[in-house]
Amino acid sequence: MQTHYLLTLFGGALSIMALSAFFLGRAKAARERSAGRAMSAQPDQYAWFAVIATVGPALTVAAMGAFLMLLLQARLATGYLLTGSLAIAAFGLWSGMRQVRPNFHARRAIERVIRWALVASASISILTTFGILISIVFEALRFFQLHGLWDFLTGTVWAPGNSFLSAAGRGGDSQSAAQFGSIPLFAGTFLITAIAMLVAIPVGLLSAIYMAEFAPRSVRTIAKPTLEILAGIPTVVYGFFAAITVAPLIVDIADHLGLDASFNNALAPGVVMGIMIIPFISSLSDDVINAVPDSMRQGSLALGLTQGETIRDVVLPAAMPGIISASLLAVSRALGETMIVVMAAGMRPNLTANPLEEMTTVTVRIVAALTGDQEFESAETLSAFALGLVLFVVTLALNLASVLMIRRFREKYRVNHL
Amino acid sequence: MSQSLDEITLQLKRRHRQSRLMKWLSMGALGLAGLFLVFFFTDMLMKGLPAFQQAQIQVKAHYSEQASKMPPAAVDEDIRDLVSRGWLRLIPRQIQDQPKLLGTTRTEWVLADGQVDQYLKDHPNRLSEDARARVDEMVAQGRAELRFNLRFFTSGDSKMPELAGIMAAALGTVWTMLVTLVIAFPIGVMTAIYLEEFAPDNRLTQLIEININNLAAIPSILFGLLGLAIFINFFGVPRSTPLVGGMTLALMTLPVIIIATRTALRSVPDSIRHAAFGVGCSRWQVVRDHVLPLAMPGIMTGSIIGLAQAMGETAPLIIVGMVAFIPDVGGTITDAATVLPAQVFTWSGEPDRAFVEKTAGGIVVLLAVLIALNATAVLLRRKFERRW
Repeated sequence: MQTHYLLTLFGGALSIMALSAFFLGRAKAARERSAGRAMSAQPDQYAWFAVIATVGPALTVAAMGAFLMLLLQARLATGYLLTGSLAIAAFGLWSGMRQVRPNFHARRAIERVIRWALVASASISILTTFGILISIVFEALRFFQLHGLWDFLTGTVWAPGNSFLSAAGRGGDSQSAAQFGSIPLFAGTFLITAIAMLVAIPVGLLSAIYMAEFAPRSVRTIAKPTLEILAGIPTVVYGFFAAITVAPLIVDIADHLGLDASFNNALAPGVVMGIMIIPFISSLSDDVINAVPDSMRQGSLALGLTQGETIRDVVLPAAMPGIISASLLAVSRALGETMIVVMAAGMRPNLTANPLEEMTTVTVRIVAALTGDQEFESAETLSAFALGLVLFVVTLALNLASVLMIRRFREKYRVNHL
Repeated sequence: MSQSLDEITLQLKRRHRQSRLMKWLSMGALGLAGLFLVFFFTDMLMKGLPAFQQAQIQVKAHYSEQASKMPPAAVDEDIRDLVSRGWLRLIPRQIQDQPKLLGTTRTEWVLADGQVDQYLKDHPNRLSEDARARVDEMVAQGRAELRFNLRFFTSGDSKMPELAGIMAAALGTVWTMLVTLVIAFPIGVMTAIYLEEFAPDNRLTQLIEININNLAAIPSILFGLLGLAIFINFFGVPRSTPLVGGMTLALMTLPVIIIATRTALRSVPDSIRHAAFGVGCSRWQVVRDHVLPLAMPGIMTGSIIGLAQAMGETAPLIIVGMVAFIPDVGGTITDAATVLPAQVFTWSGEPDRAFVEKTAGGIVVLLAVLIALNATAVLLRRKFERRW
């Protein structure tokens, strides 16, 4: 409450200073100009410069101070910090007013400040990547100190079991040791991804071929946004759909065929995920196929190939890098997909190739580890970050490969809009 | 290599057949996707629309002294099990608030028990034979019917399906989106302006570009890990709040807004810039007064699409704890909250069958909002799009 009060006070004082900087600066510049001196900028620009000089340094100091306080875990100095910033603001106001001189280029100064502000916001995206990397790597390293990297990568049993007890200092000999072998999780992830790709790549690619090569214009203008709807449906909705509608359907069908299927089978989330991914593949493939130069089609048709042969033997090979790029992106999306598998796939790690059995994935375990009641320091919680690290590395590699592929295509056919 | 004309004709026929087959096959693929869409929406509507109706029954409510101590006494014994316990629980408070009620008996339409509701909707339920007979009788007398479920839109979460509503989650979504927009929109637009209008073409700029494209493809759950490790554990932002959820989603939405803004800025022809420079504008003035206003419709469209994407996102929010149980409507950006997709997720995990309908109802509302947002974006684009 105290801090809220202080912050309100600080904000109010700063706003008043900024306002007075604006009006004083403008008045002074107008006075100078009406006195007949040639000014190198407009009065408004001087006013804005004064405002920037007042607010900018003060806010920077306040933010840096708050950050330092956070690093040093000090909480007492808030009042001093804000008072200090206000003093700096007052100094800024004074010096800003002094700068209202005929030979000062206020517009250029504003330009420089804006440029730096733009650079700062552009760097936030880089900071985000670093933030993800740092947050994952540090916690993952802590996990690997508890459980070896080798065991993690090659173990076939994932049983976090009682690791929270040992974290609480009660890990006796009677408990079975927690095991973190990630192979069953990755096997589950890859199986579900493979099912998704088996659905998404044929349907997506064929849809793209139809839209780009066969469809009349009217169908195209309707079909493309309609397919995009599939991409806009929230994943939690797909998850519900997979769990409530598709999974029982699959169990019924399997029953008819005399097979035994679990309600948490891997097929349901796989198929639904594939449907979700169709637009990713169809949209990008459509763009790529459209970017294949028409001269190639004309040449092929002139040689007597049918339309189907032209597509199969000329257009698709030319578009292949783009299609592979789209598929790689789709795989990366499927690997990281969370809600569908959390809701429709199982929780139990299971090393099997039977898609009708229950199995779990990397993302399911991440969610399970971080939503339980465990202590943050427990090995199970930390294991989420280790899994996250692997996920990050794999998807990063896929994304980069995808970018390289599409770049090759772009350079070959000199397309700029992809 | 000599082939008779007949052979060639046959061959040609086969080749054309293959070509047609390809056409039908690809058409079929598109049709399959469309068919799925139809199936999906019908399924969701069939499951979700009943949630907008709720069974109510007409009872004689006795606001007696006894009822204020023991609420079930407020209704006659023969229909006691058909009335929602949530409504009964509120009776003592009602009497306290309005002392005039004490001692009166009123005939009122009140909320029925969740099982009665499921029975009236022909869904699987746990009503006994006897209770079913009584409900049937009340229906025949016009004392029990399905009415519009206002409560679903105005109340917060509840463990009793007949009381549960989406208002708390909707409010949480609004707060979270506000935080997301306030952070992501300015930063995204500024980044795009820098990259398109100011940045020199050097290694650093290329790095930023690759990085943004990569961020757009990183699994959303990893943003949740970032939110947990950096925002919550390091900066001490309170867990489960719209503040931390909004910040996390803002980082996720950033690439979408940046990419859309860059496309919009790029579509403004250079002649506009040259003209503005020609009359003596500085670079920032060119951008602020000429390029940005022309690019605004494109930027708005992209931002709305990004926002819609963030609105449907669940995974990172689960990681930062925004799946709280929020029975009361209200609260600000630093109170624990939940959002619509997270509410859907919570309800989908409830064992009570009646929640399936609620979940689907929440999904229908969510989809309606998202489709409205996307339609707005498309309309904006149609209306303001300029071809140069």
